[in-house]
Amino acid sequence: MSLSRKTKKSRAFYYSLTVILLFVLVALFAPVIAPYDPLAINLDHIKEAPNTKHLLGTDTIGRDVLSRIIYGTRVSLFVGISATVLSLGLGLIVGLIAGYYEGKIDMFFTMIIDLFLAFPSLLLAIGISVILPPGLISVTFVLCLVGWASFARLFRGMVLSFKENTFVDSARAIGCSNLRIMFIHILPHCLPVSLIAASLKVGSFILSESALSFLGLGVQPPTPTWGAMVSLNRCYLPSAPWMVLFPGLAIALAVIAFNFFGDASRDMLGQDIKI
Amino acid sequence: MKYYFLKRIFLVIPTLIGITFISFLLLKALPGDPAQGLAGERTSPETIERLRQELGTDKPILFQYTGYMKLLLKGELGRSYYTNRSIADDIKEKLPNTLRLAVGAMIFSVITGLLLGILMALDPGSIWDRIGQVLSVSGISIPVFFLGLLLIYLFSFIFQIFPPSGMGNGSILFLIMPAATLGLNSSAYLARITRSSLIEILSQPYITTAKAKGVTKSGIIIRHALKNAFIPIITLIGLDFGSYLNGSVLTETIFGWDGIGRYAVEGIFKRDYPVILGCVLVGAVLFILVNLIVDLLYGFIDPRIRHRTKA
Repeated sequence: MSLSRKTKKSRAFYYSLTVILLFVLVALFAPVIAPYDPLAINLDHIKEAPNTKHLLGTDTIGRDVLSRIIYGTRVSLFVGISATVLSLGLGLIVGLIAGYYEGKIDMFFTMIIDLFLAFPSLLLAIGISVILPPGLISVTFVLCLVGWASFARLFRGMVLSFKENTFVDSARAIGCSNLRIMFIHILPHCLPVSLIAASLKVGSFILSESALSFLGLGVQPPTPTWGAMVSLNRCYLPSAPWMVLFPGLAIALAVIAFNFFGDASRDMLGQDIKI
Repeated sequence: MKYYFLKRIFLVIPTLIGITFISFLLLKALPGDPAQGLAGERTSPETIERLRQELGTDKPILFQYTGYMKLLLKGELGRSYYTNRSIADDIKEKLPNTLRLAVGAMIFSVITGLLLGILMALDPGSIWDRIGQVLSVSGISIPVFFLGLLLIYLFSFIFQIFPPSGMGNGSILFLIMPAATLGLNSSAYLARITRSSLIEILSQPYITTAKAKGVTKSGIIIRHALKNAFIPIITLIGLDFGSYLNGSVLTETIFGWDGIGRYAVEGIFKRDYPVILGCVLVGAVLFILVNLIVDLLYGFIDPRIRHRTKA
């Protein structure tokens, strides 16, 4: 890879990082940034096209679309990031145990991992969602349950190869416990890959969250979510496209940023992984 | 060869059992009595009593599970709360529509994905390559339901080329937009994998040999390189069938396509639990069968794979 291409890659890295940080700031300071209350109904200004007072227009009951998108950032980012952290943690632990111990323990965990990977993910998420009371915690839990297995498979494979290294033998020779070898010696080697896998996963979780919201299985109204904004206003697409286009673009932009970030950091670290 | 196929088929059985167990647990976790849950509210008390006996709701959980398995083996998925129709019959009726949509999506994604991938691999780092990369990341990142709505807005309302929804007695015009919506995501993945495997293969010595012999550029790509890139590409096409099942839930809803995805969504909106769980179970089984077929195809395509397992 030539130098100019490398800098281009790192440029993609910084651009996507900037966009992600912007989204995080918007989520954190939503009450300060949002020009209107996202729930405030104003029946004098319904279905207004984007104008100077309402930059992205208003919806069918006069709520400001921009403010609702800004507040919707909170749900998408919270679910995307916390589900990723939780499923990454679970996947790491299961992957470490399965890869380290081999034998029957490995077979048992591999069976469970394969089982979870055998379901089409959105279908499984729907199946679990319908039996839980809808809400922020449920969505996060469901996505974590659907997503941990791919992390576990990734880390199991990595641990299997790390274990052959001499540093593991030396650690054992000086009397380190299994737990110590697993978490102090092997785990740090998995961390760079975790970062890449995690940022790719945040994007896919944001997509799944928006799909669940679209189907009415996500965080419930009146809390604004991007997916529900697209879903509830979709019949107004011909007459008032701004109510649907802008929340949809918000989802796409957030997911693109995380995917680019994951790709760019993978290229920079020279790791070849798939999740 | 036979050994490889038999082994692969045999390995599916535990997964299938696991899947039915999870769907059984989901059924158990539903509010109310599972027999009631399977039968629906408009059923006569005798039917519920019969189901309760078959399920053995008063017996230990493993016993109940075997009862549930017996029902499944009979092809019984329960009845809809609302229409009281057999879910298995409903799914049988709607499945061909979903498969038609999935095949359409697959054709779309293979054609566009391969073309874009080849275009990108021809000259890595060029402007085409970079445009292709941006296109493929966008294709992976755009939500299926949003893409569908965008296409409807553009091609049905502004340009008025395609009908916005419905199936139109099998007319191809009605299939194009839903198939493109469903296929775009995997088309983007396919473009990436085609690009990366082609670039790797094009640096191999035998490609240099072919060039030295004077084979044309298109001849090299089509006859020498693509053939060897087929394994990762076919894996992806097969795996994407699962994402078609995911995506069909959303695509069918948006385009009013009468398949199992929309059937499941109607179940969600009406809280028709047996319908939802029936669709989840059938979807998972389909997904596993498709993966099995893909694995078996490997054995045909690449002799190294079927012989490796013997050792």
